[in-house]
Amino acid sequence: MVAPTIEIGGLHVVRGGVTVIDELSLAVEGGVVTGLLGPSGSGKSTLMRAIVGVQIVAAGEVRVLGLPAGDPDLRRRVGYVTQAPSVYADLSVRENLAYFTRVLGVARTRSDQVIERVGLSDSAGRLVGRLSGGQKARVSLAAALLGEPEVLILDEPTVGLDPVLRRDLWDFFHELAAGGTTLLVSSHVMDEAARCERLLLLREGGILADLTPAALLERTGAPDLDAAFLKLVEGCATR
Amino acid sequence: MSPGRTAATASRVLSQLRRDPRTLVLLLAVPCGLMILVDQLFAGREQVFQSVGVPMLGIFPLTSMFLVTSITMLRERTTGTLERLLTTPLTKLELLAGYGIAFALVAVVQAIVVSLVGFGLLGLESVHSQLLIVGLAVANAILGMSFGLFVSAFAQTEFQAVQFMPAFVLPQILLCGLIVDRDQMATWLQWISAALPLTYAFDALDRAAHEPSLGPRFYADVAVVLGAMLLALVLGAATLRRRTP
Repeated sequence: MVAPTIEIGGLHVVRGGVTVIDELSLAVEGGVVTGLLGPSGSGKSTLMRAIVGVQIVAAGEVRVLGLPAGDPDLRRRVGYVTQAPSVYADLSVRENLAYFTRVLGVARTRSDQVIERVGLSDSAGRLVGRLSGGQKARVSLAAALLGEPEVLILDEPTVGLDPVLRRDLWDFFHELAAGGTTLLVSSHVMDEAARCERLLLLREGGILADLTPAALLERTGAPDLDAAFLKLVEGCATR
Repeated sequence: MSPGRTAATASRVLSQLRRDPRTLVLLLAVPCGLMILVDQLFAGREQVFQSVGVPMLGIFPLTSMFLVTSITMLRERTTGTLERLLTTPLTKLELLAGYGIAFALVAVVQAIVVSLVGFGLLGLESVHSQLLIVGLAVANAILGMSFGLFVSAFAQTEFQAVQFMPAFVLPQILLCGLIVDRDQMATWLQWISAALPLTYAFDALDRAAHEPSLGPRFYADVAVVLGAMLLALVLGAATLRRRTP
């Protein structure tokens, strides 16, 4: 049996005196797109930061590809896209990617490939600061794709994108997953949840449900995922 | 340490500066304008300008590099690019060295331009080589850069970062001996002065400009400046945390 790509045991994270992740255990397998969903403040971003190894954790263990999260050997193998685009606004798209290409030590031709991939070829020479929110988000995503990482942690990568682009990106995520990449994608848009093979519903720092979209509908008897999610979250609150 | 990643970082920082020509012009024109202002202020009292002029050549780069670095590094922290970089193979040392190389190059240009104005246009004189003065000015610039890097960790906004200039650099300028000779200060002020790095940077420039023989004090000054620079860089590096709360 192959070990899961991401293994989390007893993770406990406290931020500013408040428990954000509470005794969370989880295993994520490769080759599928796993969706991380939950209301804002439920700990999605914190959990992702812990997996990438930039979050100070109070207790518990996070292992990625068999190594402790944040291990130097993982830095080429794990790609991470933060919620706010983390690229240089005062450089062009091409200059940004050229820099990350050199930092990651990948072939220079990768830069043009990923620009094409995220649909920014026409804007490659423009300053990132002059782009729209959705375009900036795609530059940030492109930078994470440069090194062809085995694991991609994407924190709300499709916020502010129009439906066509969202569909294209999700098709792309599935392409990557089919090629063996492990994707963990957070979202608060339920129609995206339908496109994940597996859903993790997070609430108050704990996992409320871990199932497929079909199972979520079946379990709640709700007509759509939006209603199902509300039912689950509120059902839990009144319990 | 990878020279490739360091050079990539230096050239990225320079590209960012190139994209901001107004800042570049300010970096070069403001110190020149201030030199001319001081020259005119002491018109008729030539020896005053001669005594403060050369040390000022070193104080400008220190101040401007302090400001530029603290703001750039703060931006790197607040926009998330620092966090992204720290999840890549780039090491803290490579990042700092990249910044150091880029700003040192800017400082060289700035020191040369201001020295050309001082020595060429305004008739400043120096006992020792003007190249030595430019070299000391660049060392001051890197000292300012390391301070800026360090204090950027304590600022949450650009407003705060800018306020660190009067809080952190201005007292050093007041107490370094430029305005009042150190031996004319109250004893407790002399003690504080002795603990501030700029005092030694000033003394080194002053000796290079006016003392025929440099002597051990000059070299001790330079050693203190380099030591303070390294200390600030190490402390600055310690504030670049891969894991944050």
